[in-house]
Order: sequence, then C-alpha cells, then structure tokens
Amino acid sequence: MYAYDEIDRTLVSERVSEFRDQVKRRLSGELTEDEFKSLRLMNGVYLQLHAYMFRVAIPYGTMSSKQLRRLAHVARRYDRGYGHFTTRQNIQFNWIKLADLPDALADLAEVGIHAMQTSGNCTRNVTSDQWAGVAPGEVEDPRIWAELLRQYTTLHPEFSFLPRKFKFAITASEHDRAAIKIHDIGLRLHRNAAGELGFEVLVGGGLGRTPFIGKTIREFVPGEDILSYVEAILRVYNQYGRRDNIYKARIKILVHELGIDKFRQEVEEEWLQMRDSVLKLDREVVEDIRSRFTYPPYEKLPHMPEELKKAAHDPDFEAWRKNSVALHKVPGYAIVTLSLKPVGGPPGDATAEQMDAVADLADRYSFGEIRVGHEQNLALPHVGRRDLPALWRELDKLGLATPNVNLITDIIACPGLDYCSLANARSIPIAQELTRRFANHDTANLIGRLHINISGCINACGHHHVGHIGILGVEKNGEEFYQITIGGRADENAAMGVLIGPAVPYDEVADVVEDIVEAYLALRQRPDELFVDAVKRLGVEPFKERVYATR
Amino acid sequence: MTSPLQQKIKITGPSIVTANRTGDGVVIYRTAQHSWSTLLAEAAIVRDADSARTLLAEAVADDVGAVGAYIAPVEIGQDGEVRPGNLRESIRLQGVTIGLRAPA
Repeated sequence: MYAYDEIDRTLVSERVSEFRDQVKRRLSGELTEDEFKSLRLMNGVYLQLHAYMFRVAIPYGTMSSKQLRRLAHVARRYDRGYGHFTTRQNIQFNWIKLADLPDALADLAEVGIHAMQTSGNCTRNVTSDQWAGVAPGEVEDPRIWAELLRQYTTLHPEFSFLPRKFKFAITASEHDRAAIKIHDIGLRLHRNAAGELGFEVLVGGGLGRTPFIGKTIREFVPGEDILSYVEAILRVYNQYGRRDNIYKARIKILVHELGIDKFRQEVEEEWLQMRDSVLKLDREVVEDIRSRFTYPPYEKLPHMPEELKKAAHDPDFEAWRKNSVALHKVPGYAIVTLSLKPVGGPPGDATAEQMDAVADLADRYSFGEIRVGHEQNLALPHVGRRDLPALWRELDKLGLATPNVNLITDIIACPGLDYCSLANARSIPIAQELTRRFANHDTANLIGRLHINISGCINACGHHHVGHIGILGVEKNGEEFYQITIGGRADENAAMGVLIGPAVPYDEVADVVEDIVEAYLALRQRPDELFVDAVKRLGVEPFKERVYATR
Repeated sequence: MTSPLQQKIKITGPSIVTANRTGDGVVIYRTAQHSWSTLLAEAAIVRDADSARTLLAEAVADDVGAVGAYIAPVEIGQDGEVRPGNLRESIRLQGVTIGLRAPA
C-alpha cells in the first residue's frame, strides 16, 4: 500500500471544499450548467441517462480494506447499494444526487480517495498491472512510477486542459496485464543491457472511433528522465494536437498523421531542451515514493500446505483454484482473483455488502489490501496458500468465486445503453445472456482462454477492438445491432480484431458467438491452441462462413 | 459543445422535450404548463419543428431546474397514451433492462 503524505491529504481535502462551494452555487443558480460542467467533470461527475454518475479513482488499482469499506458506504448511503468497477481502475456510482456529492467526496477524502483525473481533458487516473508488486519476475513494482506520474500530473496546469483526455498505463512484467499498447502513453519498465532501470515508451495507442496500437517512440528512457520525456511528449501534443475537432483530438491521431518518426523527432528536440532541467529525478525523490509503498510482513509458508492438499480432492475448489489463483513472488503465497462475473450478472458490479465482505476477507487473508484490474475483477494480492480453501468457501458464499477467470464468461462490458448517455445499444444484457449460454463450467473450460469484450458504442469503453471476440453495439433505424470482430488482443501482442461481416440483431448475438466458438472447437489444431491463436492461423474466413452461412 | 438551440431540429412525428432534474438527475419532461413533470403522460406534445424549438427554448431557459434538455420522439397510442419513441427513452422512463438493481 502507498501512504499519502500531508500534501496529498491537503490537496484532497481542499478539493472537497472547493467542490462543495461549486455545487452550492450551481444549485442556487449562481453557476449555469455551462459554467459548472467542466467543474463537475474535474470531480468525476457525469450526467447519464437516469441520473448523475460519479466516477472515483482507484490509482493503479490498489486500495485498502478501509478504502473499500468506504466505497461500500458511498454505495449504500448515497447510491443504490452497488458500484461498477470499470476498465480503467475506477468505480462508478450510477444514481447519485448532485446535492449529495460533496458529502460523498468528503467521506471518501477521509480515507484518501478522490475523483480527480477521472474525467475531463486531463491526464487520467494512471493505471497499472493489478498484480504489481507481487507478480513473479517483475522488474520492479511499477506502482512506484505510477504514483510518481500521478503526483506529477495531478492538477498540473499544462496537463489539465489538453486537446483531449490522456491515459497512461504502466507494466513491469513481460506479460502485459495493463494493456499498455492501447493507451495514449504506455510504459514498460525494464532493464537495458547495462542493467539500468528505465522504460520502453509507447505512444499513440487507443481505441474508440479510430483505434491504433501504440508505437514505440523510445526503447529505453532512463528512470530518472521519465518525467521530462513524458512532458516532452505532452508538450508536442499540446502544441500540435487538434482542438478544432473532438474526433481528431487524441494524441493517436497526431502520431498517425505526423508519422511516428516525425513525432519522435519533435519530442526528442523538445526533450533535449528540458532533459537536464528540474524534471530530472533525484534519487531521493524516487526513494521517498518507494519508501511509501509498504509490503506485508510475509511469513515463511509452505508452497503445498496440508490444507491445500486436502482441498484438492474437491472438484469445485480445484475448478476455482485453477482459474483464480496465480503464483506470487513470495513462496507460500498466492494472488487470488475474485470474479465479478457471476452467471447472469452485470460484469464488474459489486454490491455494498460484497464490498464490505471483501474488505473483511482482505483483512483476514490479504494484509488488508485489494486490487482491481482492467478486466473488471478484484484481486487479493497476498493470500497464504494454506488459506486458499477457507477463502474460497467464504467467496463462494458471497457469489465471488465463479470459476471463470479468463474464460468465455469473464466478459468485459461497458454500462451501455442501460446507463450511458453516449451508448447506442445495450452491453450488459448481451453479457448476461452469454454468461447463461456458457454457464456450464466444463464447456467453458473446454473452450479455454477466450476474452469477450462488449461496447455499447464506438467510444469503446468495453475495449471491444481488443477482445478475442469483440462486440460493438450500433443503432440501425432505431434497432440495436452488433458488429462482431475476432482476433483482437490487449496484451504484449496487442492487435485489433477483424470484423467478420454485417452487424447482427440483438437477439442473435449469443447465437453468433456460439457459432464462432463451435467453429473454433472444430478447427483448432490441439486442445491448447487458444481461440485467438486459431484465428491468427486461420484468418476470419472460416468463422465468417460459419456465422453467415445460415443468416 | 453546440447548444441544443443551435442544432437543426428535425421532427418526424410527435415529440416531447426531456431533461434531467438538476438536483438529483431524475428524468423529467417539459409540460404545457411551463413546468416539469416526472410523468411522461404530462409532457407537452409537439408535432412540428417550430413548436419543438419553442418548447426546447423554454426548457433550456430553466437552467436552474433542468440539465441537458433535448427533443425526443414519442408514440401516441389509440387510447391516447404517450409512450417513448425509442429504446433510449424507454430505458430512461422504465429503468435499466438488466433485471438487477432496477431504479426504485
């Protein structure tokens, strides 16, 4: 966990007072909606179909049990008893009243949570690997650098009025769980041939209307230079980014139009002027942040304790363990993913009761720490392997032990037309139907790793472009239709999915996915050839043929 | 962002003006009595672009009471019942379709 210092606490507290005054002036009519809108957006407040929506940041996906309990409190007291974990390590409350928002923010501020950087044309909540700091083989805990960026960019005047929103993601593992290639800036922490710590910097990734995979702008930027390099990128973006057309305003368009070589040249010229400025990081600054990340007092525990050997005879436990439990860097411990994808449930939703219960379980089994990943699941990052059976029984009672992590029903979905004012079509009911179709665990297991991503509009909050199967809702003559892509992926081999053919109506989406899966099962070379690998080998044609032959 | 009043208004059938209430975001409809109602049945119905523009202008002018006013289509049943004219408006009126945590 990271411990906030006095500056952070003051900043968060002052923001609450400012927003309380702004809301008061809005409700009295002193501020018009036009004047107020940018202020509410700076505090994560959107207007959606039914109500205001309040988006709260969970920087780099790490929170304490105390913080999660407070999120449960906000859900219960100010909302309708639940929250929605998003694809950007945020949580959203869907029914909050404007008049209640200052109190909700104040309650969150008491435990160091805020809504800064969750909306507006600023640098957004810096995201990272939800297994950061505990994944085996990691170069270093990437959250140290995520926190550094968070501190540097928060309320930075140069980054608060950018042409458009700007998203960072950081990983320090070979396997990218943070989807860095689909972010405006993606950072991969690694060591160069000389053993120095630094970053591969990618730029111009993103989804939405014009999707691009990020391009490497520099293979290695030393850690001490990362702020100046990032600032150089943002300065070039600020200078040349399109402010006249919202659809062309993201940095990905600029990188694409200039070309990565020209863009790199501009950045390098800018960087030369500032590299040796105050932005060069002192070792003490990094060490100070590093020292504020505390790690649990791990015990020396066995890798295969008696409790685990005994539980291995229970097929239900084993089904869960195989999909939900990952290796930890400390022997005897495990990382446990808590599926927020129950059969028939909205992906990423958790009730206040579940949040409170998870907080209690985190205290008992995970040193009071919880993570949230962009896949919209939670994780307990420090669970003793001997405690896995007991934890599983508790999670099962809470509906948080669905053994589907990374399987076909572990669906990423945006809120879609059920909540979102931008959406053209519903996402959640499609996800719910698919989880019912593939509810049989043996079937899902037979299919193997397969990620379905659903977005209710081209803004792509459900990351449909990079789903192994991507589903995009569109509107045609007042009806919901869905475009299906296959072969996308969001990891270190990130790729955009390929459209398989004409959009299909709402009622046929689950049938189409079944057809695609059946084609895959018939065509795969071996049981361990993943769906996405089979698509790469075969192309879309066999799947297209199967889907449209009878339609 | 272009003001709704500057946008071209195209009416293809009976329409209403809807918004969200400023204090709590609740869905509201502009009435013929120059106020707001949470009941679609009480919404003022307009059938041509000029009437729609007038109703919208009145709604937008109430910046304290309402946020994000816009024109939306409705259907009028044979019994005179006013129904939402598209899925978005149905969801705004009736709540989420996901069978869980529907609006109270």
